[in-house]
Amino acid sequence: MPEQKYSRKDFASDREVRWCPGCGDYAILTQVQKVMPQICDELQLAREKITFVSGIGCSSRFPYYMNTYGFHTIHGRAPAIATGLQVSRPDLQIWVVTGDGDGLSIGTNHLVHCLRRNVDLKILLFNNRIYGLTKGQYSPTSRQGKRTKSSPMGTIEQPINPISVAVASEATFVARTVATDTAHLQEVLLRAAHHRGTAFVEIMQNCNVFNDGAFDSFSTRAVRADRSLYIRHGQPMIFGKNNDRALRMPSGNPEIVDLAKFPKNKLRPYDETSERSSTANVLAHLNEDQFPVPLGVLRCIKKPTYSELLDDQIQTAEKRRGKKDFMTHVHSGEIWTIDG
Amino acid sequence: MAIMDARPGEITIKEPEVQESVIIRFAGDSGDGIQLTGSLFTHDSAALGHDISTLTDFPAEIRAPVGTRAGVSSFQLNFSSGEIHTPGDRLDVLVALNPAALAVNLNDLPPGGIIILNEDAFNKTGLKKAKYGASDPRDDGTLAGYQVYPIPITSLTLAAVEPLGLGKKHASRCKNMFTVGLIAWIYDRPIDGLLRQVDMLFDKKKRRTTTPEKYEIFTEANRLALRAGYNYADTIEMFISKCRVGKANLPAGTYRRVTGNEATALGFLAASTISGLELLYASYPITPASEILHELSKFRHLGVRTVQAEDEIAAVGMAIGAAYGGKLGLTGTSGPGVALKSEAIGLAVMAELPLVIVNVQRGGPSTGLPTKTEQADLLQAMYGRNGECPVVVIAPQSPADCFGMALEAYRLAIKYMTPVFLLSDGYIANGSEPWRIPDNSELPDISVSFPDDPEEFQPYARNPDTLARPWAIPGTPGLEHCIGGIEKEDIAGKVSYDSANHERMIHLRDEKIQKIANDVPNIELFGPKSGDLLVLGWGGTYGAIRHAVQNAQKHGLSVASAHIRYLNPLPTNLGDILRDFKQVLMPELNSGQLRMLIRAEYLVDAVGLEKISGQPLQTNEVENRIYKMLGFSPAGKPEPTITANNLTSIQEA
Ligand SMILES: Cc1ncc(C[n+]2csc(CCOP(=O)(O)OP(=O)(O)O)c2C)c(N)n1
Ligand code: SF4
Ligand SMILES: [Mg+2]
Repeated sequence: MPEQKYSRKDFASDREVRWCPGCGDYAILTQVQKVMPQICDELQLAREKITFVSGIGCSSRFPYYMNTYGFHTIHGRAPAIATGLQVSRPDLQIWVVTGDGDGLSIGTNHLVHCLRRNVDLKILLFNNRIYGLTKGQYSPTSRQGKRTKSSPMGTIEQPINPISVAVASEATFVARTVATDTAHLQEVLLRAAHHRGTAFVEIMQNCNVFNDGAFDSFSTRAVRADRSLYIRHGQPMIFGKNNDRALRMPSGNPEIVDLAKFPKNKLRPYDETSERSSTANVLAHLNEDQFPVPLGVLRCIKKPTYSELLDDQIQTAEKRRGKKDFMTHVHSGEIWTIDG
Repeated sequence: MAIMDARPGEITIKEPEVQESVIIRFAGDSGDGIQLTGSLFTHDSAALGHDISTLTDFPAEIRAPVGTRAGVSSFQLNFSSGEIHTPGDRLDVLVALNPAALAVNLNDLPPGGIIILNEDAFNKTGLKKAKYGASDPRDDGTLAGYQVYPIPITSLTLAAVEPLGLGKKHASRCKNMFTVGLIAWIYDRPIDGLLRQVDMLFDKKKRRTTTPEKYEIFTEANRLALRAGYNYADTIEMFISKCRVGKANLPAGTYRRVTGNEATALGFLAASTISGLELLYASYPITPASEILHELSKFRHLGVRTVQAEDEIAAVGMAIGAAYGGKLGLTGTSGPGVALKSEAIGLAVMAELPLVIVNVQRGGPSTGLPTKTEQADLLQAMYGRNGECPVVVIAPQSPADCFGMALEAYRLAIKYMTPVFLLSDGYIANGSEPWRIPDNSELPDISVSFPDDPEEFQPYARNPDTLARPWAIPGTPGLEHCIGGIEKEDIAGKVSYDSANHERMIHLRDEKIQKIANDVPNIELFGPKSGDLLVLGWGGTYGAIRHAVQNAQKHGLSVASAHIRYLNPLPTNLGDILRDFKQVLMPELNSGQLRMLIRAEYLVDAVGLEKISGQPLQTNEVENRIYKMLGFSPAGKPEPTITANNLTSIQEA
């Protein structure tokens, strides 16, 4: 393999990283910085073409730590601002960094519409199931009953699931990973970078100060193999330390089968390119306590992006009406002349 | 009795009499095609060389119940051989296609004025829906003193288009063209221009449909109706004499008729051409700003990108994204939308990006009066954000002026790297007037430079003249940096919570805006340089103020007017002007918002003329106040000329 143009340190800014010690955000930053040289290499991208746009939250401080272009905007609006940037600058590769409060509370509207438009953006939603920056209130993804500063008796709200929101919004790329599984995180980031259209990635991230251990039940090294389900395109949904169990969905109802009893060849391979989103949707809704937690690329389909369609219209219009300039335009149609 | 019958034979036909100007209002149900009628006649007037000014009024509900007062739509045209600035206060002619249209509009027609009624609509149901109850305004004295011409417009139209075999519904839709024909005859116009316009109108529709045959028939029907109206007037000799309005003495050039919203869109298009930067317009539909979105959406072939955003916050966000990317980021809305955009505008102030926000003001607060005009968002534009958050605020004064001010918005936004508010309003947005298309040489310079030298690059280093920071855009090698809404360290642009730095940055951002005063034109005075009274206004009240002051000057009064188009910062010569007048009157369509600013800034005891009815300011309202303030009694001053007085009333005869 030819040598890469960039190395990891080309993507590290000189700014001091200010997350709490032990915060899951560090791991994400490291993996993003690590994978960027490969992305630039594979996509023939120059570093200056990469821009990180974020909202507000601990997670949204991310752009300051990347040695790329960055725009730390306002709470919840990063997808909108990134849409404007992408539509006017399709030459850029734009990453949006958002949190569970930023992206799924104050900014849900923009997230949903960005996904349905299929704007060519890579959206990383750092889900720590808590409001970190404002010091520990429950978020829309906090589990019901979660005791926080603003819910001392436990939240009574039904949480929202980032993956099902993305699937319901017709996202063309939907993936989930955990910050602690660095190899998997890198793999998913690379896939997202290669996707044309909105790539939505939920990254489960531990906030060790306000919601420590939120993902331990399935993501620690000890339990990961048994409690996580790594989805891979074209392969059946097998999991377990010894690859001895599988998830299947006869008529849409999820069930776990023991491969000692169930013939492996009767398992259906997972199809991330399926136009129908029902399987992804069932996976998104699996009860975390009873089923393994699905990770990986759940959906990846090809559709024209927003700016491709917009630029097509511009070209069609130019062809049909001639590429006029302003003066020709205002001098045509209903005009009249007054002589001096 | 006021109603007249046509009595041919008793009248001798005279040569058309000459009038300086005529104010006609077409009124009917919102489904009657009133806007189209007015628009057609207006374009014809402009093409004939008159100066024109128009005013539209339509119901807030799209399908208000047919025949009710709430469902009345109107289009007013003032066409003149002299220079005009407003659509006029008092009508000469009112065309009422139904009783509700008469009821709603009669107040604006002074005694002696002409009323053309669609007699067919004055039946029991029509009168009831218009809340006239049992009594018919045609013979209960309501119309005493007016010249009333009841014409069975519906049945005459149906008869005219009968040969085409259209259904009644489609056939009666042509009655608006019948009235156009009728009015064309009264004002002694050839109808070929109007017929050509009918053709053009349907040609457009034909091209867009799969059933062009249908539109072939509609074209013919409308042509027939138009001719029938003209011929009817000619034959029946009901209008005793024609009158004629001469050509206006407009400066030589090529013109087109523009509404304020169209001119705004064209101004932005020009800004894109001049700067060489593509335009991105992101907007969420809202009355009365939607036409800007509609207009700009037509310009795909000129490289314009429009996005209908999911809400106003997204719209301003997209515009900021485009500005960050080095393009023209533009958003437009009305007051409620601006409320939503406030936080993001603050971001653009902090990030010092060239963003333009159009607010086509409407009646507020809250949803308020969506289709009515007001100027009550000035303080919102000035201060409606958290923190010390100065932006440039400018306001066009007439429909055609929207073009130049839209260009100004970008000239200033780019040169000073700042958000700029363009405060239009419903009155000028929907009103129209002739716009002389400027030459390339008349357009401002909007030069753009993006830094590309990594040596010594600092994101918040300022241009010493303008205090603008560099517009360093993604994609430039070596200039990678991060901006955002957190306070920035002076010059270096890094996040800074330092208190002394914060204070310095607050002052710098303010100073940058204040400096722009040296780069905007001086305020022009209309009238003497000093005197008893200065009438000072801003925005869409320009025409009414100017006209009123002109009338007062004719009485020898020492009064002048000045109109502020640059509201923040204010032009540097305003202070001197204010000092040179004994009194200052400030008419506004709000409770004195600019007046508050002017009093605070210049310590002058300006007096307000506040109108907040959703209706535009009228000449006579300003005029009366001027006379009152100057203790002048306009007794002996002729009543405003009733331009219909050349039509001999049979009653008088
Ligand atoms: C308009 C507005 N409202 C509220 C806030 C306060 N605020 C900042 S971050 C945040 C929540 C952040 O939560 P999340 O998006 O989950 O990010 P995290 O800090 O957990 O990474 C809130 C409520 C704000 N900055 N702006
Ligand atoms: S508060 Fe939580 S999310 Fe925020 S930096 Fe600290 S550990 Fe990370
Ligand atoms: Mg969070």
